Amino acid sequence: MNILSYIIFFPILGFLAILFMPKARPNAVRWTAAFFSFVPMILSFYLTYDYYINYSSSSAMAFVEGPFNWISAINVHYFLGADGISVPMIFLTGLLSFISIIYASFIFFLLLETGMMGVFSALDFFLFYVFWEVMLVPMYFLIGIWGGPRKEYAAIKFFLYTLFGSIFMLVSILILYFTSEPHTLNMIELIQTAPALTHSLQLFCFVFFFIAFAIKVPVWPFHTWLPDAHVEAPTAVSVILAGVLLKMGTYGMLRVSWPMFPQAVRYFSIPIAILGLVGIIYGALVSMAQTDLKKLVAYSSVSHMGYCLLALGAFSSVTAMTGCMFQMVSHGLITGALFLMVGMLYDRAHTREIAAFGGLGVKIPVFTGLMVLFSMASLGLPGMSGFVSEFMVFIGSFGSFKLITIFAVIGVVLTAGYILRMVQRMFLGEFNLAKWGGLTEINLREILTLVPLAILTIFIGVYPSPLSNMMKATLENIVNLMAR
Amino acid sequence: MTGSNLRILIPEVFLFLSALFIFAYDLGIKRKNPRQIGYIALAGIAITGILLIFFHGGILYHGMFSSDSLSVFFKIIFLGSAFMAIGASFEIASEKIRNHRGEYYGLILLSTVGMMFLSSANELLTLYVGLELTTIPLYVLVAYYKDDKLSVEAGLKYLIVGAFSSAILLYGLSLLYGMTGSTYLVGIKINLSVIFLTYGKIGPGLILAMVMIIAGIGFKLALVPFHMWAPDVYQGAPTPITGFLSVGSKAAGVIAFSRIFVNGLIAFSTDVMKPLDWGIIVAILASAAMIIGNITALRQRNIKRMLAYSSIAQIGYVMVGMVAASTMGVAAVGYYMFIYLFANMGAFTIATIFNDKTGSDDIVNYAGLSKSSPFFAACMTIFLLSLAGIPPLGGFVAKYLVFAAGIQAGYTWLVILALLTAVVSLYYYANIIKMMYFSPETPAQPIKPSLLARLILLIAVAGIIFWGVFPGTILNFATETAKVFAF
Repeated sequence: MNILSYIIFFPILGFLAILFMPKARPNAVRWTAAFFSFVPMILSFYLTYDYYINYSSSSAMAFVEGPFNWISAINVHYFLGADGISVPMIFLTGLLSFISIIYASFIFFLLLETGMMGVFSALDFFLFYVFWEVMLVPMYFLIGIWGGPRKEYAAIKFFLYTLFGSIFMLVSILILYFTSEPHTLNMIELIQTAPALTHSLQLFCFVFFFIAFAIKVPVWPFHTWLPDAHVEAPTAVSVILAGVLLKMGTYGMLRVSWPMFPQAVRYFSIPIAILGLVGIIYGALVSMAQTDLKKLVAYSSVSHMGYCLLALGAFSSVTAMTGCMFQMVSHGLITGALFLMVGMLYDRAHTREIAAFGGLGVKIPVFTGLMVLFSMASLGLPGMSGFVSEFMVFIGSFGSFKLITIFAVIGVVLTAGYILRMVQRMFLGEFNLAKWGGLTEINLREILTLVPLAILTIFIGVYPSPLSNMMKATLENIVNLMAR
Repeated sequence: MTGSNLRILIPEVFLFLSALFIFAYDLGIKRKNPRQIGYIALAGIAITGILLIFFHGGILYHGMFSSDSLSVFFKIIFLGSAFMAIGASFEIASEKIRNHRGEYYGLILLSTVGMMFLSSANELLTLYVGLELTTIPLYVLVAYYKDDKLSVEAGLKYLIVGAFSSAILLYGLSLLYGMTGSTYLVGIKINLSVIFLTYGKIGPGLILAMVMIIAGIGFKLALVPFHMWAPDVYQGAPTPITGFLSVGSKAAGVIAFSRIFVNGLIAFSTDVMKPLDWGIIVAILASAAMIIGNITALRQRNIKRMLAYSSIAQIGYVMVGMVAASTMGVAAVGYYMFIYLFANMGAFTIATIFNDKTGSDDIVNYAGLSKSSPFFAACMTIFLLSLAGIPPLGGFVAKYLVFAAGIQAGYTWLVILALLTAVVSLYYYANIIKMMYFSPETPAQPIKPSLLARLILLIAVAGIIFWGVFPGTILNFATETAKVFAF
């Protein structure tokens, strides 16, 4: 056992502990849940620091555990490791999980955290798949029990949609297993051997993996579960959903599809970039039409994750890949924060209709300030992380797709359009004293949950090199693997 | 050889004697304590299980009866399902079948004896007799609620369909005997290849025999298109018996099928042997079972009918491992049935207790169960998620194994289809979870299962989780059983 195993399984211990606690003491449950997600967060911070200092110079896996025999009859191993693309994700998961649990202590979060951490560190396909699926159940309960009026529909839609995607992944995994000699589920070995498969088999496996990952991202046209899930999910669940779960799709592409099937990626690179472009434009246009603040943020996720896909299409550029990773991190921070703030406002006002508000800046200045900050980060204002990532995506992908990138830049303008309109209609203008006179400012606990996200957003925006250095070697290695 | 190895019959003989003892005890002793006789039946099963550990391995009567690892593995499943069925019957035994408890428990044991013989049969006649001993007590058990029209109707239906299918099976078996001159599976295997090598072909009689045997066993397994009886019988029968039917009796069908086809007719599992190829026939039937079972289950309002259709679909998944006809396939089938024992018996135990306390089998009435009886609802959730194949539960590993075996054998289309139907199945399993957890209703009173029922539920949940996370022990055992067939 080393640090990765502790990070993964510590939350589950908390889940079990809380199961056997008396229900009558909600405060005890609250503190236990907080403790069992606080420790993994600290561990994930330490892991990030350790990786940055000691391991980031090479693309090799760090903190490797195993491979230990788990189910010997079918060559399944317990095999963990972290590199430059998983460490930032583990960091993000640790941080956002703790913040969500502070905001609302649903014990299913602990189960969810185990699944997410596991996906980001598993190096055995069976293990990867198990963690990938393990998350579905707690998410189903989180949306279904504590969700909004159409929670049952949203919960089952999310569950079925993602399960539908992952079965295709399972078929591909089995095909990879039986075509490798000797049969293995070790992802590191498969990265070496899979490109030797026949062209048609590569395309087949790639498409199947892509469906699974694309549903998670979600790539247009697989995105329809996302608005439903977000609108019905309670605030803290939306934070995790947007902040971490969506990234598992792009992470899966970077970890599995891209290095394993370089020929297929070359073959499909233009369609992939076009799907990214459609996502950017479509998400932005639909966001513009939203009257519900949460739906607006949800659709903006479709748009922002489109940048990742566009960058992934430009597989030969390290800059584009770095941009993709930056976008994943910064979208996690910014959208997580935006969903939190939507929730805070909803707790007070019991509505999310943009048109219902106006001039809130007068009444709740701190809230307004933070909201404007994150909104600006979301539209890509220089000095914030959103700008850095979008800039890198554009620079990186311009080399491969000139026309598509030019169209994608329009997305930035559209984003500015709906964000600024939202800010203007909600926080500026005339204040309706009769209606919102009783609105209260956010309290210290809420501010404290937002401050770390704000600091990180600005830090990455102003000084991106620590983050980019951390993943440089890994991404260069992936780009080299893609050249095969 | 005969005589010296008689010891391997000890578990079967003991169980048979316990059944007789229960009949006699119920007649002779005043029924002061209604639970006593149930405990005797449980003890009989438990002791048989222990005897099985000491007395196994070897063959008897010139190989008619073979106590190999495959049979031991399935005997554990039979005993487990009988144990759980009897454990779940305590409540209904004190209410609904007051006067015939002895026969009720005794017949369950007798049927289990039949299954145990069947699983050891390496010869067609023994196999057939074992199958009959399995089913005949079940005809009675299904119709045990004498005052309930549904139960009587179910009993009659089961009797007619069962007798009919047995006749078809027997006809198929006799054709096989006629072609090869042997009732031993090994003899059939050898003679068929001799015929093939001598004449270069085998007549269409073999197809007829195979189709008849598939149909005959298909009725027992409730494999589509021989499944029509299952929902009505499952609904009408006493719920523990339904569970026993859906696990024990199905496992018996599974082992009969694998003995005859995966061992005796193994040479005809590939499409090289076209058109004498049972692989593709079974693959088509399996896909029909998965499609029809899962889609029809979506529309069910009654939990027993829903579980009936779900178990029709589940047998389709098992058949995916069967058509693979490989070491991995047999291991996968064994592991699948083992986990299925816990998940399905668990679900039926829940349905039994729920029906006891509320008098209802309707899924709608499960609404809000998580608030009044959290333990009960959590157990049901685990059983259903395991049936749906969600990790880290046993059902996932089981599905993974059969699908892996299918892909290995080249049945990629079948596996993709199976996975797609598995997504469909999640909808109706999740529907019950939705009822229990997401519904705003709060039921009037909590459901408090008896201690024994709690224990059984706990064992089932623990088995599903433990063998889902650490499938090694069972999987190695199941892989060991595949060596019996010497692929």
